[in-house]
Amino acid sequence: MPSKTVKKKTRKKAVKKDKFVPNIVAFACNWCSYAGADNAGVNRFQHNPNFRIIRTMCSGRVTPGFVLKALKLGADGVLVSGCHFGDCHYIFGNYRAVDQFEKTKALVKTLGLEEGRVRLEWVSAAEGPRWAELMDEFVEQITKLGPSPLNHNKNGKK
Amino acid sequence: METSTKAIDNLKKNRAFLCLECGKCTAVCPISRFNNSFSPRKMLADGLFYNADDLVSDKQLWSCLTCQLCSMRCPVDVKFSEYMKDVRAEAYSRGKNGNPSHGGALHHVMEMAASPKLKQNRTGWIESGLKTQKKGDVLYFVGCLPYYQDFFSKDLDFSPISIAKDTVKILNYLGIEPVVAENERCCGHDLYWLGRLDKFDELGNLNLKEISDSGAKTVVTACPECAYALKDLYAQRLGKPDFEVKHIAEMVSENIDRFNFKDINREITFQDPCRLGRYMEIYDQPRKTLESIPGARLREMPHNRAGALCCGTTNWMNCDATSKQIQKSRLEEAKSTGAGTIVTACPKCQIHFRCAGCGEETEKVDIEITDYVNLIASAIDG
Repeated sequence: MPSKTVKKKTRKKAVKKDKFVPNIVAFACNWCSYAGADNAGVNRFQHNPNFRIIRTMCSGRVTPGFVLKALKLGADGVLVSGCHFGDCHYIFGNYRAVDQFEKTKALVKTLGLEEGRVRLEWVSAAEGPRWAELMDEFVEQITKLGPSPLNHNKNGKK
Repeated sequence: METSTKAIDNLKKNRAFLCLECGKCTAVCPISRFNNSFSPRKMLADGLFYNADDLVSDKQLWSCLTCQLCSMRCPVDVKFSEYMKDVRAEAYSRGKNGNPSHGGALHHVMEMAASPKLKQNRTGWIESGLKTQKKGDVLYFVGCLPYYQDFFSKDLDFSPISIAKDTVKILNYLGIEPVVAENERCCGHDLYWLGRLDKFDELGNLNLKEISDSGAKTVVTACPECAYALKDLYAQRLGKPDFEVKHIAEMVSENIDRFNFKDINREITFQDPCRLGRYMEIYDQPRKTLESIPGARLREMPHNRAGALCCGTTNWMNCDATSKQIQKSRLEEAKSTGAGTIVTACPKCQIHFRCAGCGEETEKVDIEITDYVNLIASAIDG
């Protein structure tokens, strides 16, 4: 089928063999950040596509185990994103997220990975442009850091 | 389990075929005391005759503490912990797993440590007063303490890394400047008992290389699990290591004449960690040291030495209401001796006992919990 071949060609062009393309996992809370990312898409704000979103009910649910598992499986960067303080659907969930993230960050540091590989941010449902900007910035940050030492994928290899 | 030759070999190795079904294992099991649906005897019988497939998918498979108390009572010496390990290995290969505590964070850390490319940043705790070196005869194997510091220090209100600091302090006091390896890995003990033997071997080989690079002849550790893994499990699976392994309690009791202690004046009781006691049979050395501290009055709990009860959870797996009940009953037992302090030689015991006091105020058992190493270091005069 012709349409399939065209698709394959363009994909090959986009991913150059020796260029590092980061794999990023973004945990987004159901009420703010996921809707914010949706907003960015609906309004067609151009941004880097090198991330996969995992929706959680609340950013407070994202324990160190989640982030470490993503890193273990070869993610080059992990973003945890929730509602702004005071906006949390569950009132105190994002304060929990801060507590959890402090632990995560300390563990990541002791493991010898760069602190910049993990990030905690607040994005509201109305902040589509902010999400687009944030993702561009984070992808750039991870590209600078290079592939994670735990990344065994083809693209991660230099 | 399929009736493959491998499964049969395993059953021979851990002596499961010899089971008499007398039920002594279930009678002493700390979990069966509080959870009567858990039965080591039934698990063994399931594996041998009846429904092996159900056993592999049973969530309770992961609850066993591998504390070895059942093997102490078994008249035909069935190695129940080894049997559990083999069944878990089979279950894991079929994609089954229990409920990892703490969201699996600690298991992920262990598995990540097996990546050879990882350069950890784990020696930040070494303060200026502590003397360590890069190469030497004695290596101090720190274990997971830096990770526990990151993970538990805030919630449980204690500092796991102080155990590492005090261990180096004690070694310095004895005139030893230990090597602290910069990229030491997890010892793999927990992964071994969870049946993830491939990861255990990877970690073991990396550690053996790190230790042989340091030129150490003796490895000292303040964690009974690390000591047991380095001494016995590595010898079992990776060939006999060319270094001697000692728990800090052995090291201190050997050199007891060189210590100068001050009066601490308190009643203490000693919790035998399962790996130090039943696995390595180190009962007298820590007691000898504690008794030699002036003013320390050692009160034994009714369950002591080979009959000591577990701290409630092992391998960061299946922590539940039963674990909490075990912890609470053990702390109450300690309190009933009249002791104000429970001393344990395992960092994990301390984490679990402290966790038991985290809930409601009414649940709390009012007893101080401390590590053996911390107590010795605080009692050293000068």
